Amino acid sequence: MSFLLVIIALVILASAAVAMSLRNLIHSALLLVANWLGVAAFYLWAGAEFVAFAQVLIYVGAVSMIVLFAMLLTRRARADAAGGADSGGRTVAALLASGAVAGTLAFAALQTHLPAAASPAPPATVRDLGASLMGPHAAALVIVGMILTVALLGAVILAATERNPPEDDAP
Amino acid sequence: MSPLQLCLLLSSGLFCVGLAGALSRSNAILVLLGIELMLNAANLNFIAFWRFGPAPSADTGVIFVIFSIAVAAAEAAVGLALVIAIYRHQKNIRLQEASRLKG
Repeated sequence: MSFLLVIIALVILASAAVAMSLRNLIHSALLLVANWLGVAAFYLWAGAEFVAFAQVLIYVGAVSMIVLFAMLLTRRARADAAGGADSGGRTVAALLASGAVAGTLAFAALQTHLPAAASPAPPATVRDLGASLMGPHAAALVIVGMILTVALLGAVILAATERNPPEDDAP
Repeated sequence: MSPLQLCLLLSSGLFCVGLAGALSRSNAILVLLGIELMLNAANLNFIAFWRFGPAPSADTGVIFVIFSIAVAAAEAAVGLALVIAIYRHQKNIRLQEASRLKG
C-alpha cells in the first residue's frame, strides 16, 4: 500500500519539478497534465473516488485546455516563446526560499505526534456526498455557483475587451 | 513512518515545487501553474487528513476538496484572462514588464 503511494509521489513530484524547470511552455503544460493525473491517482488510492474523477474532469479536461489556449494565444513568433531568460539570481533565491519552506514543513510533519486513526474513515459514497451537498452544505454550493458565474463573466470581459480595433497581430 | 506522514511529506514537496516555480519563472502562465500546484498540495492534505486523521468524519474533507477545486477553477479562468489582457496591452507576458495597472 505504501509502495503504491511512493510510486504515485514520485510521479507527482518528478512531473511537477520537470514542468517547472523546462524552457518549453507547451511541454510544461503537458507535464502538468501528467502531474494532475498523478494527483487523481492519489485520490483514488486514498479512497476518494468522486474527487479523483472531479480532478480528472476539471484539471485534466478543462484547466489544461484553458492553459494551452492561453499559451498559444500569447505565444510570440520570435524565439523568446519561453518567456525570455530568467535571471539566475532570482532562480537561486527562489530555490533557497522553497528549500527552507520544504525543510520546515518536512520537519514539522516528521516531528509532530500524529495520533493514528482509531478506525479507517468510512467510505464516502456519491449518494452521501450528494445528500451532504444538498443538505448541510447547500448554501456553500449556491455560493460556489455564484463565484463560478461571476468568474466566468469577469474572464470573458477581461479577455474580450477590444480596445484598439485595428490590431495588426491579433491572435 | 505512517501513511499520514508520507502524505504530508508528498504534499510539502509538491507545495515547494510550486512555490519555487511561482517565484523563479518570469512567465505569467507558469507562475499561475505554480499557484495551481500549491492549491493541489493543499487538496492532498485535506484528503490525507480525511482518510488517515485521528477523528475521521463522514465526508467533510471530500466536501472541502470539491469546493476548493471549484474555486481553483474559477481562479485559473480569471488568471488566464488577465494574462491575455496583459498580452494584448504589452505584447508579451513577462512579469518584469507588467509593472503598471494603468491601461
